[in-house]
Amino acid sequence: MLDAGFTGRGERVANSQVLLSVRDLRKWHELKRGLFGRVDYVKAVDGVSFDLKRGEAVSIVGESGSGKTTLGKTILRLYKPTSGVILFDGIDVTNLKSRELREYRRNVGFVQQDPFGALAPFMTVRQILEEPLIINKIKKRERIKRIRSSLEEVRLTPVEDFINKYPHMLSGGQQQRLVIARAIILNPKLIIADEPVSMLDASVRIEILTLLRELQRRHNLSVIYITHDLSTTRYFSEWIYIMYAGKIVEKAETGEVLSKPFHPYTRALLNATPDPDPKNRFVMRDVPPGEPPSLVNPPEGCRFHPRCIYMKKGLCDKKEPPEVEVERNHFVGCWLYA
Amino acid sequence: MCPPLLRVEDLRLYFSTRKGAVKAVDDVSFEVDRGETLALIGESGCGKSSLAKAIIRLLPRNVSVYEGHVYLNGEDLMNLDEEEFRKTVRWTRISMVSQAALNSLNPVIKVGQQVAEPLILHKGMKEKEALEKARETLQKVGIPETFADRYPFELSGGMRQRAIIAMTLITNPDLIILDEPTSALDVLTQANIMNLLKKIRRELSLSFIFITHDIALSSELADKVAVMYAGQIVELSDAERFYKSPLHPYSTKLMASVPTLRENKKLEFIPGSPPSLIEPPKGCRFAPRCPYRTEDCSRDPPLISLGDGCYVRCWLHWKG
Repeated sequence: MLDAGFTGRGERVANSQVLLSVRDLRKWHELKRGLFGRVDYVKAVDGVSFDLKRGEAVSIVGESGSGKTTLGKTILRLYKPTSGVILFDGIDVTNLKSRELREYRRNVGFVQQDPFGALAPFMTVRQILEEPLIINKIKKRERIKRIRSSLEEVRLTPVEDFINKYPHMLSGGQQQRLVIARAIILNPKLIIADEPVSMLDASVRIEILTLLRELQRRHNLSVIYITHDLSTTRYFSEWIYIMYAGKIVEKAETGEVLSKPFHPYTRALLNATPDPDPKNRFVMRDVPPGEPPSLVNPPEGCRFHPRCIYMKKGLCDKKEPPEVEVERNHFVGCWLYA
Repeated sequence: MCPPLLRVEDLRLYFSTRKGAVKAVDDVSFEVDRGETLALIGESGCGKSSLAKAIIRLLPRNVSVYEGHVYLNGEDLMNLDEEEFRKTVRWTRISMVSQAALNSLNPVIKVGQQVAEPLILHKGMKEKEALEKARETLQKVGIPETFADRYPFELSGGMRQRAIIAMTLITNPDLIILDEPTSALDVLTQANIMNLLKKIRRELSLSFIFITHDIALSSELADKVAVMYAGQIVELSDAERFYKSPLHPYSTKLMASVPTLRENKKLEFIPGSPPSLIEPPKGCRFAPRCPYRTEDCSRDPPLISLGDGCYVRCWLHWKG
């Protein structure tokens, strides 16, 4: 899976199946500049590589501070990568500027966590949806057609009931549909959804995720679904990547990760996520001690080693674990399997 | 027979707004026994936090109706005036971890001092003695004693939540209301806090009212479950029964929308959105969204007893 779209020397290979290739991507946020030019960085994304195929959805799962949001925003090129390469549809988008960047962003839709915060309160639904079309110089008649069709796609219908409303007049679920309508209005190839449902109620969550899944299938979209909630991933993605402290520690097909987790951190996450069951109240859950590390000075070696019960002294705390293919298409970054 | 620890009867709490009265809590009754945890679940805006506020009487100014009975150990708290309530109930016999608790610690006061405060304010204890007790309680919730001299910003999110739990425990209350105690925390930290709550409950045989919108999480503590919809309790059931076979159509639909990690099922969602609490639908409030709606549903269903402490507010279960 890793070498699709790339050769060993980092040359591009035309591979029509792969839409997005990320290689050794790093995004270090500058924290402060000390005396004598000493600089501290928050290493939010620190060496992430993966490929995403057309029409497939991947869940990036991690806790807060794992770098999952920064990863999404770097792929969107809202941040400039510190190093590494992002290939989109065969084109290197790592260092694009102004016009080319706008062209790239047409192809990538973004769905934020807080729908109300993502929508300008003084704009109507029509204006909100029209803005990206105007920026991309689409003719007026075409604009109206597209606004209607994208509202229908997200089922904000009848369109007339919604088109002149302001965001505050919509419910949370409807606001999120509007954000999705805006994300798909330019017919993108990739959607990045950053915790799209974490502010919504249980039933509305499923409604929105089902909608995203439908759109993905109908338009053969690729989706990066960023979430902290493992339980939704089974239903809405083909792949799961587990992130910890700026790195991907395990990646495999969804069913594989959920049924056969290898990395101790993945196991801990699975173990800590309850299903509704009256027996739960009698069970104490195994939770690894401690807290996720600071990303300014992450632990040497494996970043999970200070919390890991399988830690091998002299190895895990010294050398970074390689990414091992433990089973076909199941990759783990852990010394237990190296 | 000794009365239940908490009995709430026909409790109502309405707020007046420019658009009319918001019926946040509308005729709610339930009981909680000693050592028992009641999970109160429902979507946002169903009135579950308002119910908590009505019990511990932390009310905003625009209350228009506040009536009914709240019996604690058989004594009707609604007969107490504000001064008596503050002195003898709030934070001494009933305490609460509120939703925004993580940010409710004062950033310029040491943690130990803040944990000791309820003892000084509500029990009139001397400061030195209270601080000593605070250190002890912090240890009980898994925070090293030395952290008593630190400021909140020096503690992680999970630690701060533990400190807040220590604050609610320090006065030895009979009942603790937990209003979304872990919704701002990460998965592992959340599991840690749930472990702590399980341990506390076992050791101190405390009663909890555990308010959450997360049904999977509610099963971590619940002995009994109350489902709220549009200001009313629509189902009250013991945990064994509820998580296996919920009865009210709203509960079944809600349960069908919970994604599960360990088994694959068909997920469903409930079309439509919850009604306005200003003018809730006549008759059954869930009827407009209910797939089993019949003509009966235009009349208000009562809370029907099914025995064994199970109640459902739905005509489907009416046998009379």
